[in-house]
Amino acid sequence: MTAGTHLEPRILICGEDALVVEFGNGIDPVTNDRVYALAAAVEAAKNKSVVELIPTYRSLLVQYDLELSSVADMAVFLNDMIARSAVSTDAHDNTPRRIYELPVAYGGEHGEDLDDVADHAGITPDEVVAIHSGTDYRVYMLGFAPGFPYLGGMDERIATPRLASPRVRVPAGSVGIAETQTGVYPMASPGGWRLIGNTPVSLFDPKAHPPVPFLPGSFIRFVPVSSEETKRIANQVAEGTYRVHMTEQAG
Amino acid sequence: MTVYGLRVVSPGALSTIQDLGRPGYQRFGVSVSGAADRYALRLGNLLVGNDQRDAAIEVTIGGAEFEFTSPAIFAITGADLTPTLNGTPLALWETFGADVGDRLSLMSPAGPNSGLRAYVNVSGGFDTPPVLGSRSTHIGARLGGIEGRAPETDDEILIGPVTNSVLPGRRVPLHLLPQYGGDIVARVIPGPQDDLFDSDATATFYNAIYTVSDKSDRMGCRLEGTEVPAIDGAHDIVSDGVLSGAIQIPGDAQPIILLADRQTTGGYAKIGVIASVDLALVAQASPGATVRFERISAEDASTLARDRMATLRNISFDEPASGTVQSEELRRGYDLRIDGSKYHVEITSGVDEGQTTAIVNGIEYVVHVHPGE
Repeated sequence: MTAGTHLEPRILICGEDALVVEFGNGIDPVTNDRVYALAAAVEAAKNKSVVELIPTYRSLLVQYDLELSSVADMAVFLNDMIARSAVSTDAHDNTPRRIYELPVAYGGEHGEDLDDVADHAGITPDEVVAIHSGTDYRVYMLGFAPGFPYLGGMDERIATPRLASPRVRVPAGSVGIAETQTGVYPMASPGGWRLIGNTPVSLFDPKAHPPVPFLPGSFIRFVPVSSEETKRIANQVAEGTYRVHMTEQAG
Repeated sequence: MTVYGLRVVSPGALSTIQDLGRPGYQRFGVSVSGAADRYALRLGNLLVGNDQRDAAIEVTIGGAEFEFTSPAIFAITGADLTPTLNGTPLALWETFGADVGDRLSLMSPAGPNSGLRAYVNVSGGFDTPPVLGSRSTHIGARLGGIEGRAPETDDEILIGPVTNSVLPGRRVPLHLLPQYGGDIVARVIPGPQDDLFDSDATATFYNAIYTVSDKSDRMGCRLEGTEVPAIDGAHDIVSDGVLSGAIQIPGDAQPIILLADRQTTGGYAKIGVIASVDLALVAQASPGATVRFERISAEDASTLARDRMATLRNISFDEPASGTVQSEELRRGYDLRIDGSKYHVEITSGVDEGQTTAIVNGIEYVVHVHPGE
């Protein structure tokens, strides 16, 4: 996928009660930053007619209550928000990155395909772990399933094709690689990604507010932990006492 | 204390607990889900005296049977799955009383007479635990319903407290009944990716007659018919948000209309979005039904949607002849605790000129009824 940023954002009609603000048609950090800057501006405006926001790689869908607003009024409101958020993006080029640290037990029973990924890359499993955990991944958006993060920024040296035959059941928390993408399965499901590790952190908890440990628009850092450590964390997660560690870093 | 509920004798092809869904969490990847035919659910809830947002059982195609484990007032809305109570045929869009042990069947052994999905609405609504503000079941995400799944044989589904008593024989006025049919005309608001289709493809889309495929489910109504090719075959887009009624045209150039269990984002070009007032007809379309599309502006579709909401808000039902005729089996008892004392209350008649009779701990009283509004 190539980057393709529009010079001007477009406001598109999406049915009788929603508009989409499209900043581009590619996957790139600049476009994605503008999406989340607009989402933040819309939230800060506390417009009562806004009922739902769906931020994605390159657009923000804004659904509104059609008994409180109209297509024309929402377009005016969103144009105002676009102008405001553009100003704030320029002014705060150094907005700190929020980096959430996800503990991961790599290899062995936690990531059965780690050796295959290493073979494919022509490096050692330890080097795969070092490369995979050595990058901060942008959470471009959440989608596909509750809490599933679309991550960007994986090092292409460890890119590996999907399994020829998908597994019937991939355990929750599995960290995998598919082509140049990496991701985490929030819940057990069938899947064809190459599994290199597992995080004991729950990526979706409907009883939590918000129900996900990190918000889209932030970053994830995978932190290698031992089998013993991951068991300890799993217990804390089960007891509800575990908090994902977050650091802020200058942008 | 009496527990009000319904036991599942047979769940049929697919029966799920649904309300108006779980909005507000799509940014976290949580599908809205909810009733596929929201109009039938809203009408059913209002008919039995519930809030429009209460939960019903959505029964798909048929084969379902339930046994009341307590007295209840109920109504069937949506598809005609040949409902019966203890073998006696029931009208749709009308309230009935059930007593303990009564069997409610939605079998439709020869397929639905009309529509695809029926709603079993009870006074008080079904009271499964809400998850993220909704009882709606999303089986894929294991959210809502009964521990994230569909009801199975011998599950007992609890009924919530009745807030607004209604009588049997209450009916939805004829002019508000939807006409589920084999030839659907669905109005479409063009966008957001209508510019990925040239004028020939767009003309094809609005002129062709599509057939509903048997691969349709609660995620989407899949259509088969004349292909709608995107310019340069660019059907795949970088994922963006999707809503109910959005019409995706994937690489096979056949439309898919997204329904309640859709994902929150999608990577296929969307040529348009169906007006909400027409989406119920699509959700009720059986495989083999035909769909044709017509353009409508977002403004006009909004007006239709606003009018429908006002209609539902101001609805007045055809009420049964006022009177006190109510058979023994329609009684509903309440166990109340007031200031620490227990009372068993049974309403034994309908409301007549502001009065009804009630038996409290075995003694009959005349009760004056003050309308709530």
